[in-house]
Amino acid sequence: MKTSEGHHRALPTVLGKAMRLAATVVFTIFGLLVVTFLIGRVVPVDPVLAVVGDRASQSTYDKVFVELGLDKPLYVQFSLYVEKAVTGDFGESFLTKKPIIDDIARAFPATLELATVGIIIGTLFGVPVGVWAAVRQGKLVDQVVRILGLVGYSAPIFWLGLLGLLVFYAKWGLVAGPGRIDISYEYAFTPKTGLFLLDTAMQGQWGAFRNVVSHIALPAALLGYYSMAYIARMTRSFMLNELAQEYVVTARVKGVAEWRIIWVHALRNAAVPLVTVIALSYAGLLEGSVLTETVFAWPGLGQYLTNSLQNADMNAVLGGTLLIGIIFVGLNLLSDFLYTLLDPRVRRRT
Amino acid sequence: MKHVQKLVAAALMCTAAAFAPVKAVAETPADTLIQAWAIDDIITLDPAEVFEFSASEILGNSYQGLVGYNVKDVSEIFGVIAEKWEISEDGKTFSFTIRPDMKFASGNPITAEDAVYTLQRVIKLDKSPAFILSQFGFTPDNVDAMIRKTGDMSFEFEMDKPYAPTLVLYCLTATVGFVVDSELVKSHEADGDFGYNWLKTNYAGSGAFSIRDWRANEAVVLERNDNYSGEAPPMARSIYRHIPETATQRLLLEKGDIDIARNVSAEEIAALSTNADIVIEDGVKGSIYYLGLNQKNETLAKPEVRQAMKYLVDYATIADTIMKGKVIPHQAFLPRGFLGALEDTPFSLNVDKAKELLAEAGLADGFTVTMDTRNTNEITAMGQAIQQTMAMAGITMELIPGDGQQTLTKYRARNHDIYIGRWGPDYQDPHTNADTFARNPDNSDDAASKPLAWRNAWDIPEMTAKADAAVLEADASARAQMYVDLQTEHQQTSPFVIMFQEIEVLARRKNVEGFIVGPSFNDNSFKAVTK
Repeated sequence: MKTSEGHHRALPTVLGKAMRLAATVVFTIFGLLVVTFLIGRVVPVDPVLAVVGDRASQSTYDKVFVELGLDKPLYVQFSLYVEKAVTGDFGESFLTKKPIIDDIARAFPATLELATVGIIIGTLFGVPVGVWAAVRQGKLVDQVVRILGLVGYSAPIFWLGLLGLLVFYAKWGLVAGPGRIDISYEYAFTPKTGLFLLDTAMQGQWGAFRNVVSHIALPAALLGYYSMAYIARMTRSFMLNELAQEYVVTARVKGVAEWRIIWVHALRNAAVPLVTVIALSYAGLLEGSVLTETVFAWPGLGQYLTNSLQNADMNAVLGGTLLIGIIFVGLNLLSDFLYTLLDPRVRRRT
Repeated sequence: MKHVQKLVAAALMCTAAAFAPVKAVAETPADTLIQAWAIDDIITLDPAEVFEFSASEILGNSYQGLVGYNVKDVSEIFGVIAEKWEISEDGKTFSFTIRPDMKFASGNPITAEDAVYTLQRVIKLDKSPAFILSQFGFTPDNVDAMIRKTGDMSFEFEMDKPYAPTLVLYCLTATVGFVVDSELVKSHEADGDFGYNWLKTNYAGSGAFSIRDWRANEAVVLERNDNYSGEAPPMARSIYRHIPETATQRLLLEKGDIDIARNVSAEEIAALSTNADIVIEDGVKGSIYYLGLNQKNETLAKPEVRQAMKYLVDYATIADTIMKGKVIPHQAFLPRGFLGALEDTPFSLNVDKAKELLAEAGLADGFTVTMDTRNTNEITAMGQAIQQTMAMAGITMELIPGDGQQTLTKYRARNHDIYIGRWGPDYQDPHTNADTFARNPDNSDDAASKPLAWRNAWDIPEMTAKADAAVLEADASARAQMYVDLQTEHQQTSPFVIMFQEIEVLARRKNVEGFIVGPSFNDNSFKAVTK
């Protein structure tokens, strides 16, 4: 492509790309809505029962049936739902009797906090371990990392969670038990962001802060270990790929220090695909890991959604699913953006 | 290898740093009762709507009804907010007098206005438990005339028929009859909602504790109500923490971070019983486990088959193993503790007898049938045990697992063969269970009411008439006998294999005393708990 032409087309290309992106986002989210809505209707569960329970009289049942709009044709129900959803109104949860948006605003920060600490632990440990395993490929270290990774990836997380509680909480008393904070600290601060680490720190409640740290340590370490297993494995394979490249040989020939070759030259190149791996792991954790949240009595999104699903609380399920969809799309966009920062070739192409 | 050691050491140090040893507070505050319970069933705190176990218990400790009963002997009924009552000659009208000098937590005095408003509100809102009161002939249109104030401290309650007085009074002890602070609720009314949108997450009662905060799926916080007319509770606060996992509850209890664990499985009971700091406590609840045999299935509709199935459940073994400590064998539709309850258990596992009966029905080689099984641990384990004993007589039973709402939807549509269910009474009167197990006024597919007899398509006009007669019998002992007769017949002929009565179990720290496990959930009381 000639440079002059490139300049000429630059603007429409950027615009076109942005539009394509917007279309993808809208289409993805709309598709998500359609699928969850339909699943909600196909499931052989009576949503009215979820509201009125098993004992209500027929008149009560009929009243709620109409209130939920179930007397209307399916497409009308759906269009009504989309219409409201666009304005940010996802309706009310049958279970908590609160607007879905409020429920999510309460449950999501708990998950966000846990997932963020988890992914930080996972990345901080996972990347160096992966690099190390790649460098010592086939050696003992590599095998140990592989086994640790396999355990982390395949052991049921609720079992590891219970075991962790038994050892670190019940036996050794190193960390606090299930829940986000002790009752005695519960009213020591006002939850503004819903991220307790941030809230307590900003309000200078250091006692409460330490308590929150002590509560989050175990579940976050567990999620960290879980994502570390995956991140380390991927880092290892990306690094092996890079270390086999000619530029590494060239660098060695030029006498560049080995650590520099590994940690600067090769890792920088491996970082590009790694960003996607980490972003997707993060998104996975943000969905709310149901089992971890259940074992640790963590009032997050995973527990909220599972409970809603089990009780056929479709408004909550749809709202929650949409949020997760947006998170996935958002993190995908973010990793695309980081790509362009990290990879000069992608930058040049735009 | 040196590198390995260095790295392991570094990793260990980092981990130790991440775990920053903060000393966990392993003792609950002395004036606060902390309980762990799966409280995700709470959907509302409005007495006109509450029907869930945990919310019933919370209301039982924070509201008061017109009348109450002794939890040790439910036949002893006494006035709470009502000081006394009189019944008219024709048996259709109750005249209540309100006890003087009682206050709500808000400080407002309790008057007849509050009682009348409460009862009318239930009928007009028409939420799930409204039928408990509307069965006396109240409708949103007539309730203003039928439940009427006759003075500041008196009102009349007029019904369409002369129902048995105990039935009326027991219905008023249910949470749906708990008296709300009319002045407070009215101040939150909007668009004619009777304050419902406010009260479902707030509090307007007069009980020993007031509800300060409910965070769905997290916690419920109650505080001592200083305006309570009864004896002041020793605890200043009572907190329920939502802990869904029973193993987690056990850890918290053993560690001393909670005072009472409310969900304990049979395994946990065994494990905790050796811990000297923990005491296991239990109480008989009204819930009944049963099998419902759909009479639309031609095989199950044969009387011999129904009878045979009652001999193909190993009641004793199930109660002694998988449900150890959580049930007692029970084979009649009224649970122990109810007026007229029948405690006979004529059935036990008897494969030969069952085979004989099946041969009489022309099914000597057995048959194939499905059972919808809720996917909880206990129901699934029971289902599997029953599957095995049925197989001994040649019955191939396929279990269809599903979640609660799913199996219930199918059951209510009468699309099942067999349903394994658990039924808890709605109030303390025998009619509550007779109404569902032994009454089916209309067996057509579009019937207005769907009692358990209807769900199993059991058409019983004669038994329905007997159950209806028992409702109008004013003499308590004659009435009790009517229920005994009804159950004796039901036990032999019905398509219900009634198996067990539930026992509620909790585990508490040794120092936490005074928790009462009552016959129904709103009787569970922590008002007198000390520690």
